[in-house]
Amino acid sequence: MASSAKEEILARIRGARVPAAAPVVRGYHREGSGGVELFAERVADYRAVVRTVTDVPEALKSLRGKRIVAPSDVPDEWLVDGVTWLREPLSIEELDGSDGVLTGCAVAIADTGTIVLDGGVAQGRRALTLLPDHHVCVVRADQIAASVPDAANPPEPTRPLTFVSGPSATSDIELNRVEGVHGPRTLEVLIVT
Amino acid sequence: MARNPVTWLGSPTFPQAAHKALADTQLRQNLRKATGTIRGRRAAAVGEMTDWEQLRVAGEQIKDDVLSRLDTLLVRLEESVTARGGVVHWARDAEEANRIVLGLCREENATEVVKVKSMATAEIGLNEALEAGGVHAVETDLAELIVQLGDDRPSHILVPAIHRNRSEIREIFRRRMGVEVSDEPADLAEAARVYLRQKFLTTKVAISGANFAVADTGSIVVLESEGNGRMCLTLPDTLITVMGIEKLVPTWQDLEVFLQLLPRSSTAERMNPYTSVWTGVTPGDGPQKFHLVLIDNGRTATLADSVGRQALRCIRCSACLNVCPVYERTGGQSYGSVYPGPIGAILTPQLVGDMHDPQAASLPFASSLCGACFEVCPVRIDIPSVLTHLRAEAVEAKGRTAESVAMAAAAWMFASASRYEKAQKAGSLARFLARDGRITSLPWPGSKWTSSRDVPAPPSESFRAWWRKNRG
Repeated sequence: MASSAKEEILARIRGARVPAAAPVVRGYHREGSGGVELFAERVADYRAVVRTVTDVPEALKSLRGKRIVAPSDVPDEWLVDGVTWLREPLSIEELDGSDGVLTGCAVAIADTGTIVLDGGVAQGRRALTLLPDHHVCVVRADQIAASVPDAANPPEPTRPLTFVSGPSATSDIELNRVEGVHGPRTLEVLIVT
Repeated sequence: MARNPVTWLGSPTFPQAAHKALADTQLRQNLRKATGTIRGRRAAAVGEMTDWEQLRVAGEQIKDDVLSRLDTLLVRLEESVTARGGVVHWARDAEEANRIVLGLCREENATEVVKVKSMATAEIGLNEALEAGGVHAVETDLAELIVQLGDDRPSHILVPAIHRNRSEIREIFRRRMGVEVSDEPADLAEAARVYLRQKFLTTKVAISGANFAVADTGSIVVLESEGNGRMCLTLPDTLITVMGIEKLVPTWQDLEVFLQLLPRSSTAERMNPYTSVWTGVTPGDGPQKFHLVLIDNGRTATLADSVGRQALRCIRCSACLNVCPVYERTGGQSYGSVYPGPIGAILTPQLVGDMHDPQAASLPFASSLCGACFEVCPVRIDIPSVLTHLRAEAVEAKGRTAESVAMAAAAWMFASASRYEKAQKAGSLARFLARDGRITSLPWPGSKWTSSRDVPAPPSESFRAWWRKNRG
């Protein structure tokens, strides 16, 4: 059955005789000039918390007294004292019951204030950055790409990717934006310079 | 052949439905407020891009390239998805797609599934088909949930509950969730969060649509805002994605164009809060079973129309709805389809594929041809030209008359903006023929028209000119 549907659809497409298209002209900007400052400004526009820091462990002292999820491969120095660190394996209930999650990122985009997670170093699987209500993301200045085309070519597009631009939000009521729905309601970005 | 559920059974023709909708002052007020808000925000989001026109051209060309070698790219996509542990299914029409999805739900013994907002599944009437088969589909997008709980129909591509204001939403939530909640949008969002949380954490099967699929890598892309998409795409054991065959892009690099065009055109943001990309199955992360259902449902017939096929470039941003003076006044439900507004007026009748269907045939006439839709379209679909082309087809289907000859001439004229504006200028000259603002006799071939009716004198300034000055 399935293969006959496939053959029929492909035959219909060929029967439509669409002429060859002109080559794609990529006249848009491939590079931008934005860096740390623009990234910080654009992330803040989404009503995320943005802090530019030089000392990550010092900055993470704000998490003291909380139960925070940390992927298995975060740098040891991030695991500051006074925080209850929750480590894998973690169940959905444990993730849901945590106070927050601390991760790094794969790349960030200045133009749009976006962080990209690819499940690589210090990021963990996708559920880790989804269920906790507070996401603290550490972004090194050298991870910030200027524009979407700059950042849209990760080394392995087949990894599960999540582009995060601000806390969860909705525009579904009268087309006005409101922050805080199902994803983390607080996004805190620490830019390390 | 089964009826295409892209139009709702029993819907009146557009003029009849619009006549009724125009009397609903609450509806008009809600729509004016919402579309006015988003128009201003979109203009700002697009205005800060100095290369917007180049991005639009690239978007148009990438999609045209896809349409010109759709067969090869679909086969390539199937290979890529299969190589990464996914299973690809093909469906000729809505009925076949619904049967496939219901079968997959039954394989997993699911009686309830969570859904990410998806136009493709709305188009094929999947929820109703699942319900009939004993599977309850829970919509998780806020606006989609409002429509579902209100036993209502969608009226907008991006925000299906755009016709509801905050106090109406509050009433629906009070009645169906049994919660006391204020009409503050933040409180309403919180109510939805609480209502859906347990479902996200416990439901084993999710159903999604797709904004894009990359043929080369097999990667599927979903853009969303609330995190309901991430919940559905990450937590369940099984993910079923239903996608129109035209949603492809050839390579990963092509996404850099659409990730810039779509958010600014739809929610008027630099980037939507969450974009998820997945490729088949990733061990240890997300659903371990992935099914991709590719649907035709009228798309290949649309592809065969050299003028109309450009509708398949559509990325469902809904910018054309938000700028349309007709949509703003009649609302989306008047179009009798999940695809309302200017894009619906050209896409729906083509998917239905039968101009003898009076409701579908009435849709290309749901426009003043002002051209605002074309100007905002991120993939440059020339909606006015397709509208006039389809009008000619609709008239043709009624039989060859003086009207059909006039429509064919109109289609030729509208096919080019400059021809149209020249004709409008010529039309303005016709004011000299008018007495009391009516023209009672036009020279041939217009005499065929005025022999049985008067024509209002063309205004001194065309609507297009007025719109450009006041709203553009």
